[in-house]
Amino acid sequence: MDNSSKLDLRQIIRSGLIAGLLTVIVSAIGLVDLFGQRALVANLVTMGQVIIYTPVLLITYLAIREFERHDYGPVILTGALTGIASSVLVAGFILLASSFNLREFLPNVSPATIELLSFGQGASLGSLLQVAAMGTMGLVTALYYMLPDRFQRPLFNAVLWTLVVGLFSEILSNRLRDFFGSAFSRLIFTGKALNGISAAILFLLIGGVTFALGRRDQTIREQIASLPPNQQRIYRIGAVVAGIALLLVLPALLGTYLSEVMNNVGIYILMGLGLNIVVGFAGLLDLGYVAFFAIGAYSMAILTSQGPLGIGGLTFWTALPFSVLMAAIAGVVLGVPVLRMRGDYLAIVTLGFGEIIRILALSDMLKPYIGGAQGVLQIPKPPFLGGALVQPGQFYYIVLAGCLLAWFVSWRLSEARLGRQWMALREDEDVAEAMGIRLVATKLLAFGFGAAFSGLAGALFASKLTSIFPHSFKLEISINVLSLIIIGGMGSLPGVVVGALILVGLPELLREFAEYRLLMYGALLVVMMLAKPEGFWPSAVRRRELHADEQIEGAIQSSLAESGD
Amino acid sequence: MMTEANNNIILRSSQVTKRFGGLVAVSEFDFEVPSDSIVSIIGPNGAGKTTYFNCVTGFYAIDEGEISFEGERIDGLSPDHIAHHHISRTYQNIRLFANMTAIENLLVGMEPRLRSHWYGAVLGLPGTKAEEDSAIEEARQLLHFVGLAGKGDLLAKNLPYGDQRRLEIGRAIANQPRLLLLDEPTAGMNPQESADTMHFIRRLRDELGITILLIEHDMRVVMGISERVTVLDYGVKIAEGTPEQIQRNTQVIEAYLGRGAASGLHTATDQV
Repeated sequence: MDNSSKLDLRQIIRSGLIAGLLTVIVSAIGLVDLFGQRALVANLVTMGQVIIYTPVLLITYLAIREFERHDYGPVILTGALTGIASSVLVAGFILLASSFNLREFLPNVSPATIELLSFGQGASLGSLLQVAAMGTMGLVTALYYMLPDRFQRPLFNAVLWTLVVGLFSEILSNRLRDFFGSAFSRLIFTGKALNGISAAILFLLIGGVTFALGRRDQTIREQIASLPPNQQRIYRIGAVVAGIALLLVLPALLGTYLSEVMNNVGIYILMGLGLNIVVGFAGLLDLGYVAFFAIGAYSMAILTSQGPLGIGGLTFWTALPFSVLMAAIAGVVLGVPVLRMRGDYLAIVTLGFGEIIRILALSDMLKPYIGGAQGVLQIPKPPFLGGALVQPGQFYYIVLAGCLLAWFVSWRLSEARLGRQWMALREDEDVAEAMGIRLVATKLLAFGFGAAFSGLAGALFASKLTSIFPHSFKLEISINVLSLIIIGGMGSLPGVVVGALILVGLPELLREFAEYRLLMYGALLVVMMLAKPEGFWPSAVRRRELHADEQIEGAIQSSLAESGD
Repeated sequence: MMTEANNNIILRSSQVTKRFGGLVAVSEFDFEVPSDSIVSIIGPNGAGKTTYFNCVTGFYAIDEGEISFEGERIDGLSPDHIAHHHISRTYQNIRLFANMTAIENLLVGMEPRLRSHWYGAVLGLPGTKAEEDSAIEEARQLLHFVGLAGKGDLLAKNLPYGDQRRLEIGRAIANQPRLLLLDEPTAGMNPQESADTMHFIRRLRDELGITILLIEHDMRVVMGISERVTVLDYGVKIAEGTPEQIQRNTQVIEAYLGRGAASGLHTATDQV
C-alpha cells in the first residue's frame, strides 16, 4: 500500500499531542511527584519515569502500527517524530510552571514534579533534555516494533515483569527475609526496589524463558489438547489438584499481612460469585447487593455476639446456616416486588433497597436490637477443633472453603438446566417465557442464590472483624462488586477471581498510592470498556455438540475466526 | 363454513377481539385450524396477524372472545403455560438467544419437557445427569434435522441469516409441539431459500405431524403450501378458503392485493 508507507504529519502531531497531554495530566495531578521517589530498580528506574514515558511509548506504538514492519524509514521517522511531538506540551508545561506559580490552581504541581520532568537541569536545558528523551523513547518504540515477533514478546514480558517485581519489592523482600534470612533478601533488593544486578538477571531469565517457549511449534495448551481424552483428563485432574494444593499452602507462603489481604479478596470473591449469578447469568442488574451482605453479617453478629445485643449465643458454625438462610430469604423477598421490572427500573429499586437496609441498621428504631451506629461488638472468632481461629492464615481456610463451595455451586448450576434458564432470561425475557420458562421461579432462584452467597460473605466478614458497624455496608461495596464482575468478565467464574484480585487485592498491595485509588479505578474501567469490554477472563463457550477430542469441522473454525474480529 | 367434527379442529378462536386503546387490532375474529393442516394468515401490514399470534401464545390477553386448543380454553394463560400445552412459535424478526450456542438454544426450546431441579444439578444426582445427557443427544439429532449439524457450538449471533431462521424453527419444534406458529418464516430470503423453507415446513407436517399456522407475505409460499388461507384486513377477517378460492376472491384482490397485483399473483402461483 503506497499511502501507508508515507509519513502522515497530521497523525504524528495528533498522537504527540495526546501523549504529551497525558503526561502533563499525570504530572499536574501529582502522580509524577508521588511516584518520583519510588524506585523500581535501584538507581535506575523509578515509578515516576514509568508514568512519564508510558503514554509516549504506548501512543507511538499505536501510531507506527499504521506501517508495515519492514518500512524501516517511515517507522523510525514516525517513531522519533511522535516522541518529539509528545515532548512539546511537556516542555511547554515545564517552562510555564517555572515562570508562573501554577500551584495556585493546580496545587499538585510541586517543584519536585518540575524538577523530575526537567532532570533537575533548570527549565530551558531541562525541556530540551525532555525533548531528546521523548524523541529517544519514540525511537525505542520504533526499534521494538521492527523486531521480529520472536523477540518482541520476550522483550515485552521481560520489561513488564521486571518492573512489576520492582513495584512489589517491599512485600517480596519481606517474604524472602522471612524464609531465607535478611542477607539473602538484601542480595536481591536494595531498599524498596530491585537492585541493578538482580533486575538484570530477572530480565534475562524472563526474556529467555518466554523466548524458549515461543520457539516451540505448539503452546502447552495445544499440546495437551492434542492428547487422547483420557490423558487430557489426567492433566486436567493434575491441574486441579495442584491448584488446590497451592491454595492450601498459600497462607504459609504469603505470611500474615498478605493472608489478611487474601481474606478480604476471598470475601469479595464470594460476593462476586453471588452477584455474578444475578447479573452475569440472569442479567438482573442489582445495585443494592450490599443489603444481603449486611443481612448475613448482622445475622451472624446477633446470633453469636457475647455482648449485650447477642441473642442465642450460638457458635459460628451453628449460626452460619441461619445467616445464609436469612440472606437468601431476604433475596427472595426483595425479588417478589421487582419481578416485573427490567433493566434500569430494577437497578433503581434494588439501589433503594440497599440504602434502606443500611439506614435501618443506623436507625434508632432498631437500635435496641442491632445497635444503631455503635454496631454489634464482641462477635467471637470461629472455633475450630477446640480453639478459636485467630490468625488470618487460619481464617483463610474458612474463606477458601466458602469460595470453593460457591464456585462449585455456581459451576454446577451454570452447566445445568437452571443456568440455561438464567441465560435465556438474560438474553430475551419474553422469548424465554414463550419457551416455557417460568419467570417467577427462575428469577427468585437467581436472587436467592446471589443473596445466599453474599450472606455467607457477610457472616464471614462479621466473625473476621469481631464487630460490625452500619458504615461497613455502604453503596460503595455494591459498586465494587459490580465493577469486579465487569472487569473480570460477566458470567465468568474465573473472571470473578481475577476481578477481585485486581480491584481488591492490588489496592491493598499498593497502599502507598491509596490517594489515587479511585482515579485508577475509574481509568481502569474506562480503558476496559474501550479495549476489552468482555473482561479480563470472559466466560468460555460451552461445547456441547462436539467434544474437544472430536475433530472440529472447518466450518466452525472459520466462523469463529470471523466472529473473533 | 367448516363442517368437520370438533375433534379435528386443533385451534379454535371465536369472536376474538384485541384492542390497544382505541385501536382495534383484531376484531371478532372467528378462526379454526384443522389438525395436521397447513393454514396461512395473510393480510397487509398492520392487519393484526402478529397480534393474533401474540394472543394465541399468551403474550397478549384478549379483550373478548375465546381461544381453545384441543378443546381446552387457553386464553388467559401465561406464555409459559401455553408452551406447556405444546404450542410453539417463531418470530417475524428472529429472536434467538444471541449469546447462547445453537445447541443451547435448542435445549431451551425443550424446556417444557424437562423435569430436573437445580438441586439435582448441584448434588450431581444420576436422574438429572441422565436427563441432561439425553436432552443434549436429542438436541444433536434436532440440529441434524434442521440442517445445522456441525454448527451446534457456535453462538447463535454468529450464524448466517438462513441458519438463524432454521435454528429458530428448530428451537420451536424442540418442544415437540402439536401446533407451530410461524411468523413470516421466509422473510428476507431469496426465491431458492424460500422454496427450501417451504419444503422444510411441509416436512414438519408430514414427518413430525405438526399442525402449521403461518403468517406470510410471499404469495408463492402461501399459495404453494397452504391448504387453507385466511385474510385479515384492519383486524377483520375478509375472506377464508382454499388458495384457489382466495386467488379468485375479488374482495381480497381489491382490498389487499390491489388491481395491479392481481395479475402478478396468478403468474406467481403458476410458477409454483
